[in-house]
Amino acid sequence: MDKVQDNRAWFLIIPVFLIVAFSAVVPLMTVVNYSVQEIFGPGQTFFVGTEWFEAVLKDDRLHDALVRQIIYSLAVLAIEIPLGILIALGMPGGRSAKTSLTLVLLALPLLIPFNVVGTIWQIFGRGDIGLLGATFRAIGIDYNYTNNSAHAWVTVLVMDVWHWTSLVALLCYAGLQSIPPAFYQAAKIDGASKWAVFRYIQLPKMRGVLIIAVLLRFMDSFMIYTEPFVLTGGGPGNSTTFLSQYLTQMAVGQFDIGKAAAFSIVYFLIVLLFSFIFYTIITRTGEGEKK
Amino acid sequence: MTLTLEGVAKRVGAEQHLHPLSLELQPGSFNVLLGRTLAGKTTLMRLMAGLDAPTAGRVLENGKDVTGKSVRHRDVAMVYQQFINYPAMTVYENIASPLRRQGKDKAEIDAKVRRTAAMLRITPYLDRLPAELSGGQQQRCAIARALVKGAGLLLLDEPLVNLDYKLREELRAELREIFADGKTTVVYATTEPQEALILGGNVTVLHEGRMLQTGPTGDVFHTPASLECAQVFSDPPMNVVDAILTNDRVALSDGTNLPLSAHDRNLPAGPCKVGIRANHLTVLRRSERLVPIRGKVALSEISGSETFVHLRHGDTTLIAREEGVHSHPIGSDIQVYADPDRIFVFSSAGQLVAAPNWRRSALRNIA
Amino acid sequence: MATIQFDNLGHSYHPHPSKPEDYALRRLSQEWEDGKAYALLGPSGCGKSTLLNIISGLLVPSEGRVLFDGLDVTRCTPEERNIAQVFQFPVIYDTMTVYENLAFPLRNRKVPAADVDRRVRQVAEALDLTADLKKRAQRLTPDAKQKISMGRGLVRSDVAAILFDEPLTVIDPHTKWILRRKLRQIHEEYRLTMIYVTHDQVEALTFADKVAVMYEGAMVQLGTPQELFENPQHTFVGYFIGSPGINLMPCTLGNDHALVDGIAIPLPERAVPAVGGRVGGKFELGIRPEFLELTRSGSAGAIPVQVTGVDDLGTSKLATVRLNNHTLKVRLSEEQEIPALDAAIRFPTRWTKLYRDSHLVG
Repeated sequence: MDKVQDNRAWFLIIPVFLIVAFSAVVPLMTVVNYSVQEIFGPGQTFFVGTEWFEAVLKDDRLHDALVRQIIYSLAVLAIEIPLGILIALGMPGGRSAKTSLTLVLLALPLLIPFNVVGTIWQIFGRGDIGLLGATFRAIGIDYNYTNNSAHAWVTVLVMDVWHWTSLVALLCYAGLQSIPPAFYQAAKIDGASKWAVFRYIQLPKMRGVLIIAVLLRFMDSFMIYTEPFVLTGGGPGNSTTFLSQYLTQMAVGQFDIGKAAAFSIVYFLIVLLFSFIFYTIITRTGEGEKK
Repeated sequence: MTLTLEGVAKRVGAEQHLHPLSLELQPGSFNVLLGRTLAGKTTLMRLMAGLDAPTAGRVLENGKDVTGKSVRHRDVAMVYQQFINYPAMTVYENIASPLRRQGKDKAEIDAKVRRTAAMLRITPYLDRLPAELSGGQQQRCAIARALVKGAGLLLLDEPLVNLDYKLREELRAELREIFADGKTTVVYATTEPQEALILGGNVTVLHEGRMLQTGPTGDVFHTPASLECAQVFSDPPMNVVDAILTNDRVALSDGTNLPLSAHDRNLPAGPCKVGIRANHLTVLRRSERLVPIRGKVALSEISGSETFVHLRHGDTTLIAREEGVHSHPIGSDIQVYADPDRIFVFSSAGQLVAAPNWRRSALRNIA
Repeated sequence: MATIQFDNLGHSYHPHPSKPEDYALRRLSQEWEDGKAYALLGPSGCGKSTLLNIISGLLVPSEGRVLFDGLDVTRCTPEERNIAQVFQFPVIYDTMTVYENLAFPLRNRKVPAADVDRRVRQVAEALDLTADLKKRAQRLTPDAKQKISMGRGLVRSDVAAILFDEPLTVIDPHTKWILRRKLRQIHEEYRLTMIYVTHDQVEALTFADKVAVMYEGAMVQLGTPQELFENPQHTFVGYFIGSPGINLMPCTLGNDHALVDGIAIPLPERAVPAVGGRVGGKFELGIRPEFLELTRSGSAGAIPVQVTGVDDLGTSKLATVRLNNHTLKVRLSEEQEIPALDAAIRFPTRWTKLYRDSHLVG
């Protein structure tokens, strides 16, 4: 409102503006640049239009990675969301030592750096020195995530569930805590069963929070890189190579910059599309509830 | 301070939240903003405080243009509906906070805090946190914090609405005494006509973003400029009946005839709307002049010391007042009496044509 | 429908209560009639919500029993008692339509579909909700939602009582009276026992056949609105009911009159025999502003006072007068003249009350 204040405010955001430009905007533009050019060597670039994009969209290995990625993300959602809800329903409420302890324990997996998570599970699953691997060996299961695709998949999934379910649980817990006790009392008085209470009171009231949980988990799992890479390296073979890893291989391993640049733009657009869908759903739900 | 609003309006997108209005508040005056929920009271208060800028018009403090100046540079204090206090500070610290920001020295802060706390009767609670206090005490703390600042303009946005009935009564009486010293210009928003009447001073009636009328409370109440204003400033609602004025009587649409009185005797004949407040529609017939109206009881609303009888008369509901506490069985027949000397005559368009004579009652403080 | 009986009922949140202050609800033994509308009126913390929750079964009292029609239900759950409750804010099932909301309690009890339909339509008709039956409950206004909450209680034909916990709190003041009228109509039509908790005297007095005034955990008086107004048994009742409340002055006793700063004020006959003899305690004289008469000094029995203020309340006037250092309020009609200089008040014995340690004498 104050004219003098306004101008000064502009000066304050210049540092941030420069940093964002330097670390995000300029590199993004560079990627777009690369995606429409073939690079033979320094200084020798050749405009190829949409050629890279076509190559990306026709790439079989990319299709495989995409399918793997979608299955993975859906599996993650299918396990973590219901599990998170169940945990949230079982957590103690109110302000007590028990509640604080539970919250801290749930938060712990979320605090571990991603590559450490991968390392933990890598060692954990080893037959010789890992507790899990040794246990399986002791009870006769030939568990080996390095050369058995199914075992690798299961291990990667379990690792993700172990790492991230707490987030869903904590979000749902917050949603549940905001339900006034009068609703539970009214349901009791109406003679509603526990399932009816869940279906008609708890689930609807958790809607906003659940959508955030689904959005976050979907996007994070769709972009997952560190944990599976540390655990299996993408193997055995390609069985646990997900989209981001494939992209990195293309860009850094094979130095196929043009194709990788095109691919990352496509990747970006896919994530953007899903984010937009979820955002629209959230805001429309919000408006519906306001009315 | 003298607060002047010249043609201020507030438009948000396609909606006109506040239509252009002009108002001048005298220094030390007590001003009530009366209107229903969403009438524009809070919008107007925010413009007065400087929390929002008007989309049209100017705001002047003591003649100086402060439109667009943020609230930080204005001489204003505000109290809200929700008891807003700093939760981590004690009551003492809460009240002292504006003084600390003004850079006053310790001794002065202490004296002022204690004096204001005594005025609001919260001295025993100075060491407590707001969460440990009851609703009424928390609001007193918030009011103390606003008062201690010594601002020229104090705004209160429905401050008593979240309190118990009786607590509201008490705090209202106390507030009246506190502001009687005339040092601060006070603006008090409320939805209740009763509160406006008890607090007195001046009233500005708002309805759907428009200012309907402004002036001394008694004047506006007894001489509302329009039917809309009369309705907003009536609790219970004013009884309104279509009628036709002739040379010798007021013929109501239901067939009842009222004799003419001093105030409506010389009006041109024609259709009009007749308004009569509930307390002039009585159950007891005090004089022969009163005209009977029959109906069936729909509800007896008992309001502390008086009873309002809602009765069905034809296809309208009328409300009559009765002294004391009485209950009438629903559906029973009842006869009420209308006082023809007390009817308001409005034109068919809703403008006031004639209001009953009234004498401004004796001054509030005689002694 | 049920008669409700309280047998030595009390509740404390302390594990070992030793003094009356430890009790949220003090010892109460009473019987309430079937089919009447009761209101529990009192300020925050007086114990009215505690009592309501004990009646509904959401709270088990630490002492005593609650009986419905003679059956001990103290430890029964709300659904076992067949209670319905309407809360401060509307409690509705967001995902269901209005019809489904109303049908929910019946479906849970496995009532056949034809009966469900009949009851739901009947109740919707009574609450003016028939037009909204197919709408999503979430989209309605707060007062309509409260009606749905009420409706869920009314659909059950065997409901013993409907309890209301400050149900008009979120309702716009402008529409409150519509809901009040609806509540009263429902009561007339269904003749159910209805119990209403509030801190607003207007709501309590308008709604109830009998009002229980509560203060600091104790039920101070149970009576009709008229009884509470004309004959308050406790000074708190005098204070809490009426706007403003009763005028009180400390006094001492003469032979058949009270003495306030030496001025004699006549007492009603029924208080006089209780006064004779040396009786201890703190005495107070009370009279409501509506009954205190303002006149000119010189007339019989008139005590001169100073008029210190007059408030124009629109529909009536409220005069503040001073008798030595006692402040009294007098309610006057709009037209009444107020003598500026020679004002005096009169205490009609019919309405003058004597209180000993806050309780009514005689």
